[in-house]
Amino acid sequence: MKFIEPHAHMVSRTTDDYADMATAGCVALCEPAFWAGFDRSSADGFRDYFRQLTEYEPRRAAMFGIKHFTWLCINPKESEDLALAKDVLAIIPEFMDCPNVLGIGEIGLNKNSRNEVKVLEQHVDLAAQHDQLILVHTPHLEDKHKGTRLILDVLKNDSRIKPERVMIDHVEEHTIGMVLDSGHWGGMTLYPESKCSPARAIDMIERFGSERLWWDAACDWGPSVPLAVPRTAVEMRKRGHDEALIQKVILENPQQFLSQCDRFQI
Amino acid sequence: MTRQQVLDQYFMDARHKLIDLAAFLDRVERAEGEADFRLDTFREAARKLGDDGTGRAKDVLMVFSDPTEQPIETAPGKGACGAWPGEGTE
Repeated sequence: MKFIEPHAHMVSRTTDDYADMATAGCVALCEPAFWAGFDRSSADGFRDYFRQLTEYEPRRAAMFGIKHFTWLCINPKESEDLALAKDVLAIIPEFMDCPNVLGIGEIGLNKNSRNEVKVLEQHVDLAAQHDQLILVHTPHLEDKHKGTRLILDVLKNDSRIKPERVMIDHVEEHTIGMVLDSGHWGGMTLYPESKCSPARAIDMIERFGSERLWWDAACDWGPSVPLAVPRTAVEMRKRGHDEALIQKVILENPQQFLSQCDRFQI
Repeated sequence: MTRQQVLDQYFMDARHKLIDLAAFLDRVERAEGEADFRLDTFREAARKLGDDGTGRAKDVLMVFSDPTEQPIETAPGKGACGAWPGEGTE
């Protein structure tokens, strides 16, 4: 099967993971900027990270025939520091014309604080000014429902933002409805311990339909599985779903959303 | 899928997880000391399994969720523990 991995933090993964993903049929992957597991001390640290995302990782992926794309931002986990966020936001435009940059992401909220909301608004403004696609991270666990509502409010309050150009990732059963009702796309993240299991992800496709939805592994340095998307496709096949629907979820849907950026060519 | 097919495909996995949950609660009971807010929330969520309908997963998630609507003043850290501790305790 062919699939797109629309959310993977490959800076945290080994070359063997690239090999396994290519073997399983991955034709393209998208790597949002994220929190590296520790706080960076200055905007220069982000400049190096953005160079890694726009120069080095595309070469590593290309060794296995995988197209590599990326999203840029300061992650909400580092948004409490408004001065650092301001400095990082100022350097993002330097990288916006790089050939693998799809837009602004993964922005959003983590603990739903006032500073996180301010930095989210600044990112949304930056995306609107430069007509960029947006990839949104919704908070973890007990903070997800409230954070998703706050994020939807921020997006709704900026009239320049077209809902169909925003992907809200990490939806679960208690947030998927409000995301789709707002006209956005929704992503289900397949994690072994938190977020969403393969069985629940398929349940949500069966209940909410397959429009404006994708699955992703969001593999990083924590418990996560780079092959989560193709494994979930196999489980979908075991339930008796036809190949056309499976291909829609794992290939055509991400292609449809991401192709709103002209740079996304596979 | 028919109900029979769902049972054939998922019963053993669900049975395994249910026994693990029961063993977890037994382990907590056997342990000494006070439990924090997470245990009460867990018990409340577990009661949702006995409800009728097809919204149990959503209802369980909502039991664990922060029900407030306004942003908090300052992020207390980066992590989440899986259950909302209550107003003013973030």
